Amino acid sequence: MDMSRATFEKGPAVSQDKTIKMASKDVTVHYGQKQALNGISLDIKERQVTALIGPSGCGKSTYLRCLNRMNDTIDTAKVDGKILLDGENIYDPDLDVVELRARVGMVFQKPNPFPKSIWENVAYGPKIHGLAKNKDQLEEIVHTSLKRAGLYKEVKDRLDEPGTGLSGGQQQRLCIARAIAVSPEVILMDEPCSALDPIATATVEELIDELKQNFTIVIVTHSMQQAARVSQVTAMFHLGDLAEVGATEKMFSNPDDKRTQDYITGRFG
Amino acid sequence: MTDATANDISDRSEATRGRRDIGIKRRYAAERRFKAYGMIAIGLGIAFLFILLWSVVSKGYTAFWQTEIRVPITFSEEVIGTAEEGAANQSKLMMANYPQLARDGLIQLLEIDPENSEAVSAANGLVSQGVRMELRDMVLNDLQVIGTTEDVWLYASSDLDSALKGSYDLSVEESRRPISDLQLEFIERLEEMGALEQNFNWGLFTFGASSRAETAGVGVAIIGSAYMMLIVLALALPIGVAASIYLEEFAPKNRFTDLIEVNINNLAAVPSIVFGILGLAVFINWFGLPRSAALVGGLVLTLMTLPTIIIATRAALRAVPPSIRWAALGLGASKTQTVFQHVLPLAAPGILTGTIIGLAQALGETAPLLLIGMVAFVADYPETPLDAATALPVQIYMWANEAERAFQERTSGAIMILLGFLALMNLTAIFLRRRFERRW
Repeated sequence: MDMSRATFEKGPAVSQDKTIKMASKDVTVHYGQKQALNGISLDIKERQVTALIGPSGCGKSTYLRCLNRMNDTIDTAKVDGKILLDGENIYDPDLDVVELRARVGMVFQKPNPFPKSIWENVAYGPKIHGLAKNKDQLEEIVHTSLKRAGLYKEVKDRLDEPGTGLSGGQQQRLCIARAIAVSPEVILMDEPCSALDPIATATVEELIDELKQNFTIVIVTHSMQQAARVSQVTAMFHLGDLAEVGATEKMFSNPDDKRTQDYITGRFG
Repeated sequence: MTDATANDISDRSEATRGRRDIGIKRRYAAERRFKAYGMIAIGLGIAFLFILLWSVVSKGYTAFWQTEIRVPITFSEEVIGTAEEGAANQSKLMMANYPQLARDGLIQLLEIDPENSEAVSAANGLVSQGVRMELRDMVLNDLQVIGTTEDVWLYASSDLDSALKGSYDLSVEESRRPISDLQLEFIERLEEMGALEQNFNWGLFTFGASSRAETAGVGVAIIGSAYMMLIVLALALPIGVAASIYLEEFAPKNRFTDLIEVNINNLAAVPSIVFGILGLAVFINWFGLPRSAALVGGLVLTLMTLPTIIIATRAALRAVPPSIRWAALGLGASKTQTVFQHVLPLAAPGILTGTIIGLAQALGETAPLLLIGMVAFVADYPETPLDAATALPVQIYMWANEAERAFQERTSGAIMILLGFLALMNLTAIFLRRRFERRW
């Protein structure tokens, strides 16, 4: 087992040719007295989908929220270690969190469109970051984002209707459109399909597959099938530790770690 | 054989189902009992509300009508002087004996012997002493009326008014009622002549304080209350909302902010009279602001309303789902942008409702205003919030202490006006909430 692990660390077949977009070094997170992550070191490669799997409470969402410093909003959370985005430490006091979140976008578990019109939902990010010089450019960004999120055809005639009036799957795609309107480099997704039905899930998964050509995507999922379908690299978390990371095909066919094996065969989790 | 066994089993299970007692009846009975308690409570509430409204309205509705007498008034030059004299010397016009004009007019109308002093004074008791102002204003407005005779509708005295409205028991012996038999006879004759009329009592809304019920109104009190509400709105809303936003969205959660929170909640429970003492000590004695002024009243009521607004605003902010904050923060909005562009608009209906309820509370507040001297006899409209004024609830308190029947009906009338304003404010709160409420 140790041997095979060493071989893996030399570099798996799939992501060999990709550059590292985000790298974390020995990241620990405490919620008050409780330690939620015990020194996670994980590289996230550019323009591919990295899936984080693991049983509930294993720290995968906590880790995801470290990547754009959403943990800052929790008073008791304390993050140690280093996370590099293109070689820059995102926890550096000189780096502005607003700028970071413009580069690392996020899609949440439950669709959370603003209670405003569809147009305003997508236009909000570009507006606050001043990405459009005039009204036409903004219009352009909104339309492109909706098109890339595969929602444009369904909503093009009702852009001024509230985003909250859409179906669950449409709302989630609206949230994805909203995230990509800011042109981030990385998109974090926290169980984006857990509130959706199988058909909406399939649509969102197809979308993720397409988006990986332009964006680096990190997705937390409870569904092993989903991880297998959409991701190229899978990281298995267990009790705050990174149990194993590797090419998705290998992880699901021939995992090295006993805990991964148990989890994907349904023995716990 | 097999059939029999099958039947046997089904029979047994049916029987068991029938026999098993899982307390269905008891549970339904408890539910019915609970519903009955609820209905009794609501019924009692409605009954008391109805009794309250009935007692106020049945006593007060007459206050909105005022009896007037049509009297032919001769603006005699002997009494008020000539127009030229008046134009030259205003003070002579101001001081003239206008009640005599009214008395002479009544004597003529009722064909009383001017030498019969008993009849003259009885007739004189029918018109309000307020005629002095009424006739003076007519003359001052137009000096040409001097020397002419005109039919003028004069305010009837409160005794005549009360007698007509049936407030006096006329069956008791003459000396024990405020209106004499002779006066009753005059009233009958005036009615036959069509010289008595009950008109809508605009004066109730426009007059200031007066010792005569027929010329007393809540005009000054309405202006005073309006000034105070404006001051409360202008101060308590921005301060309260700013404090809530800071405490809820920006302040770190530590022992100090916990202490502030406890204190705000305690302030909401402080008796209002304590705020009055505070206002007297700080605003009047220390800052030297004038007594009886709407400004001081407004400041005191602001202090009293702040905790209410802060608590309502914090509750409204807390009710905004955190997912909206995450969505904005996740897009790279700063904390201030998140709060002002997303959280605050969603909390606005709750904040507005809380503010209006706080204002309504302040509008009905009496005790602190008594301490800062707003319980005063103010006849002239306050031009600025620094002038002496009264407030609606204080006016009610003052009228309730008067013995006359006419003041009693005015007390209830003023309560109706106050309740009307309160109902209007609450309706506004409901309307605004409906209008701005958004779903997410």
